Amino acid sequence: MTTWCLRALLSHWWRNPVQLFAYLAGLALATALWSGVQAINSEARASYDAAAKTLGEGQYDLLIPKQGNRIPQDVYVLLRKSGWLVSPVIDARINDVRLFGIDLVTSATGLPNLAKEPSGITYDTLLANEETALKVAMLANVTVDTSIAPGIAIGDIGLVQRMLKRDDLTHLILLPNQPITQPSLSMIAPNLRVQSAHTVTNVAQLTSSFHLNLTAFGLLSFAVGLFIVNSTIGLAFEQRRGMIRTIRSLGVPMRTLISLITLEMMTLAVIGAGFGIALGYFIAAFLLPDVAATLKGLYGAQISGTLELRASWWLSGMILALIGTALALSSRIWQIIQMPLLASAKPRAWVIATGSRFRLQLIIAITLLFSTVPLALILEGLLAGFILLGCLLVGAALALPPLLGGILTVVQKYTVAPVWVWFWADTRQQLPGLSLALIALLLAVAANIGVSTMVSSFRQTFIEFLDQRLAPELFVEVETANQSAALEIFLMNRQIEVLPLLTTQVVIADLPVDLYGIRVGQTYRNNWIFLDNTLNAWDIIESGKAVVVNEQFARRADLWVGNLVQVNRDLILPIAGVVGDYGNPQGQVIITERTFKDLYPNLYASKFGVRTQDASFLRTQIVNTLGIKNNAIINQVGIKALSLEVFERTFVVTSALNVLTLGVASFAILMSLLTLADLRVPQLAPVWALGLTRRRLAWLELLRAVLLAGIVFVCAIPMGLALAWILLTIINVEAFGWQLPMYLFPLKYLELGGYALIAAFLAAMWPAVRLMRTPPSTLLRVFASER
Amino acid sequence: MNVKILFLIFFWPLSVVAQGFSDLGSRADGFANPELNPTFSFPTDHGPHPEYRIEWWYLTANLNGPDGTAYGLQWTLFRTGLRPGEAPGWLSPQVWFAHAAVTTPDQHFATERFARGGIGQAGVEATPFRAWIDEWVLEGEDFQKMALTANGPNFGYDMSLQANGPLVFHGDKGYSVKSEQGQASYYYSQPFFTIDGTLKLPTGNVEVSGHAWLDREWSSQPLSDDQSGWDWFSLSFVDGAKLMGFQLRQTDGSLYSSSTWITPDGSTSSYPNGAFSAIPLNNKTTKDRNLPIQWRVTLPDKNVDIIVTAQNPDAWMELSIPYWEGPVNVLGSHIGQGYLEMTGYE
Amino acid sequence: MVLRLEGVKKSFRNSEELVPVLQGVSFDLEAGHTLALRGESGSGKSTLLHIAGALEAADAGRVWVSGKELSQLDDGARAQLRRTDIALVFQQFNLIPSLTVAANIAFQSALSGTPDLVHIKQIVSSLGLLEQMQKYPEALSGGQQQRVAIARAIAAKPKLMLADEPTGNLDEATAENVLDQMLKLVAQTGTALMIVTHSKNIAARMNRQLHLCNGFLV
Repeated sequence: MTTWCLRALLSHWWRNPVQLFAYLAGLALATALWSGVQAINSEARASYDAAAKTLGEGQYDLLIPKQGNRIPQDVYVLLRKSGWLVSPVIDARINDVRLFGIDLVTSATGLPNLAKEPSGITYDTLLANEETALKVAMLANVTVDTSIAPGIAIGDIGLVQRMLKRDDLTHLILLPNQPITQPSLSMIAPNLRVQSAHTVTNVAQLTSSFHLNLTAFGLLSFAVGLFIVNSTIGLAFEQRRGMIRTIRSLGVPMRTLISLITLEMMTLAVIGAGFGIALGYFIAAFLLPDVAATLKGLYGAQISGTLELRASWWLSGMILALIGTALALSSRIWQIIQMPLLASAKPRAWVIATGSRFRLQLIIAITLLFSTVPLALILEGLLAGFILLGCLLVGAALALPPLLGGILTVVQKYTVAPVWVWFWADTRQQLPGLSLALIALLLAVAANIGVSTMVSSFRQTFIEFLDQRLAPELFVEVETANQSAALEIFLMNRQIEVLPLLTTQVVIADLPVDLYGIRVGQTYRNNWIFLDNTLNAWDIIESGKAVVVNEQFARRADLWVGNLVQVNRDLILPIAGVVGDYGNPQGQVIITERTFKDLYPNLYASKFGVRTQDASFLRTQIVNTLGIKNNAIINQVGIKALSLEVFERTFVVTSALNVLTLGVASFAILMSLLTLADLRVPQLAPVWALGLTRRRLAWLELLRAVLLAGIVFVCAIPMGLALAWILLTIINVEAFGWQLPMYLFPLKYLELGGYALIAAFLAAMWPAVRLMRTPPSTLLRVFASER
Repeated sequence: MNVKILFLIFFWPLSVVAQGFSDLGSRADGFANPELNPTFSFPTDHGPHPEYRIEWWYLTANLNGPDGTAYGLQWTLFRTGLRPGEAPGWLSPQVWFAHAAVTTPDQHFATERFARGGIGQAGVEATPFRAWIDEWVLEGEDFQKMALTANGPNFGYDMSLQANGPLVFHGDKGYSVKSEQGQASYYYSQPFFTIDGTLKLPTGNVEVSGHAWLDREWSSQPLSDDQSGWDWFSLSFVDGAKLMGFQLRQTDGSLYSSSTWITPDGSTSSYPNGAFSAIPLNNKTTKDRNLPIQWRVTLPDKNVDIIVTAQNPDAWMELSIPYWEGPVNVLGSHIGQGYLEMTGYE
Repeated sequence: MVLRLEGVKKSFRNSEELVPVLQGVSFDLEAGHTLALRGESGSGKSTLLHIAGALEAADAGRVWVSGKELSQLDDGARAQLRRTDIALVFQQFNLIPSLTVAANIAFQSALSGTPDLVHIKQIVSSLGLLEQMQKYPEALSGGQQQRVAIARAIAAKPKLMLADEPTGNLDEATAENVLDQMLKLVAQTGTALMIVTHSKNIAARMNRQLHLCNGFLV
């Protein structure tokens, strides 16, 4: 019995391969982008974890130099002999690899895989993952260890020192369980200070909003995919009502039938989701290099360039897909159970939404949309931002079908030509069947507008910001106090404007802050743009009577223009201006060079901005005269190019996701139209009989799809902009600590609109062509077999 | 993964942790081996012998506070070589580690330190004598009068030592055999220290005084393959005589013992395998290990038949290499105090 | 006795009010006998047929099929009874559109075991369906589809065959032909047949005629 029943059930799919394809493809699409994005996220997370684990970053307090980044090894030994339990670390870049030298004997963190092959480990071997191993293989013996974070090679401190030709250290890890008595740090190592573990910015935290963006895309396409699955399941059930009745009347018990249907649909779902996961893997593998570049550029976070098949993402994709299918399936199965055995075997016209259902939807939609305003005012935090986003998206999605219905009713009312009256009425009648696909399109277009606006605004702001901040043509970094003084004298003698930059890390208002000492001059006055400032801000700052803070600091400390800042135990100054500081996670407080030197007489300027007309000439002069290394001088143009490249990579990721989501939406339209096509034959037949050619009907079908897409696009613009606003003013602030001004990009939106129309047109093509080729006999049969 | 354990895997070809103390018997490629009829040269031989694989400066003390409370103290510096010899800086193949402990009647404090050789973080110099790792130090102009210090997260001590007798050589003039197969070490002691100073405990500082015993031992393969641990006794009797005795437990259940009887003036009688015997009388489970904390110790040749009881049974050293080490009381044919070390009970 | 009804009552809820459809119907049908059930549209003919076919339950009264009282059977047992003892032929949409004619015919008998291929071949050839076996139902004319439905019904070797307007969708000549073959097969296999029809001609060809009016047999 089972075999024959299954054979009957499955025969439906072989006879309707398009439906089978839609079902599998819907599931595949739902799973693909979701699992792809999750794959990227989990790869990144694994990289962050591996980095945190291998480096022990953020777990322990560190001792770091007050100035520069080198600690003499004698200081380490002295500290140990004074009862300070510290472990030495040397950390430098070589061949684009972060070379990390540690002393295993005193280190607090282990290297897990060392335990497995202790025999191969010696003082003379580096550990790195396969990718990184290749880059350093020329320099030392490398043992491949997959647990090492990407981009990092670890070795014995002695080996790394020899490789770098150095005899000093970068920082010291302050180990837990220090002895009961200890002399004070300032007595033993006055040039070091403690950097507490929790002030180290956590890469995972820093990048979380980026990953959230990806997740949002994934979730969106998952939702759209499930729309497709839901409507295919609906269609398959409608079309199989007759079969199910027949099978039951031939003596198959209900329970058997339901079990078999569930088995059948879930097995297919596993296959579809399996395809999706495979697809997701390719999407992820395709996007990963760009994502990796973006993360490295924006946050300095290193993630692996190769993808691993981790259960965490493929299993989550599979389970989500199966849950989605099971939900869609259960409502249909409930219908079968409720269905009287002898209910009409004829497929009902697609579930026609009644006016009352539309009204209910509209009420919920309006409630949701209106609740966003008070929510935006009351709620705070990242989660609130997402709740707000949810309300907006669900509200808009629910509002769309009634809204379209209303628009069509109005248009129909003002139409006179009978064909068009029919056209509008017919369009309206199709709305319930198409609405899921249209909602998918709405969400896809709105999300694209929102994310494009955000990314483009970010780029625009950042470019302007770079122009302000990178006004000096050259940036020179010096290593010693002598170099610093020599450089300044050298430049002053040549009448070149020089902008020394003194910096140290301090704690202000309980926050870790970079304190800067600057020489206020024309460059700052002309180029720095305040978000908010007092009158004559630069004059007051120049006189040493006020500070400038960046937005990150202002937000975190909630200190704004006019508030007082305790710069030092003895120094309290008001804030005269707040500057935007995009892409920087650290808080900054800026005082004058003079004040800074009063507070920290031992510190010297290690960075200089130099204004010059002939950058390359001056550069050569500085290198030749002062012996400053060429790579310690950076051309402003170079930095800018580097920064912009990061954005280009971000754009590649964003536009790829744009195309994918639109593709998914257009597929949803195609499937809905195909689904409707068979059911619509009885509705089209009378019109055809009344004299409209099949060609004309097909064109009208195409026109309808494009028109609906157009209306959806118009609706998507305000929604997309609202989305962008939420992303920029709420989520961005919560995630990064700074607000981005929102710019509008009408041309970009038009382009997106164009894509949406093209997507709809392409989706409607096939059904239209099929309609055009429908043999008259099929249309005639409608009259013949209609009871 | 505990890095300290890794370190052991890293530096000892076969892990002590995985193999237990029997690893001390593994082969000693390239390292020198102790030989019969040693001639010691002092003060040089108080310093390190990097051509041998392992070496220690091992000090234990029985102390009493102002109110008569008994305390125990331990300070041990170990040297282990990855390869024989020495090299400058991080290239040095020597690794140092140290254990410090204080035992009170109801508490036991223990901690450890690690250091690489070659960079000055740890080492031993013979003249003037100085053995150190981090801020832990045992130093003096010579081996007669020394200062001792160590600190842990919740305890510490500052002591001074005064030797009141000669050095004592175990086994055959300092050549101490450890197995039938001939595994051996160089082994001498200074058991005649008086000691006083301050214990820093969570409850406050305690002024203490008593006597201490310093062991010096180095070898490249002190145990044979079939030995899984040892029970080592250093006992000081009220009449001024002292007894050092140990027995190595072998995997077949048999024992290999060795002992030295030390008269109050420092003259010695060494005993071969079988003369000294220690039989567990009472066991106690501490930190999930079942350990004998009371022994019957006999050395018939000197009419020794005594009961040795741990002052604090919980003197378990929960360190990278875990073992039991603590002060003991002696009753029976002889009365006194001493130290007991039990290894290989894992 | 293949089929026995005793005081069968059935009502339907139509929006607010309860509409009685059958108000106490009793009759018997023996093996090898044929019975026509006539009546106006909405007189409850189909309902009666569904109750006899164990597709619907009666509100009151008792129904025996092959000696089994239906109200004593659970859903599974009723389904088994339908599988083994009853065959149904409806006016249209009898067939599973995604299976070939051959698979459709074998379907019911296959549900309860291995189909008797010799038997099926006889039926198929006597119904003139040999040429159509590998076709799908949509490629068949209405008359052919009904003949396939009848073939399937007979192939299952039922004790009771219930047909609801089996020729209602067919033209007169085709209908006549289909009916001929159905009666011939019923006679050959000794199956009891109850046919619901509003056609006098068809009814006249049965052993017995019952007329349903206002829920009563007259």
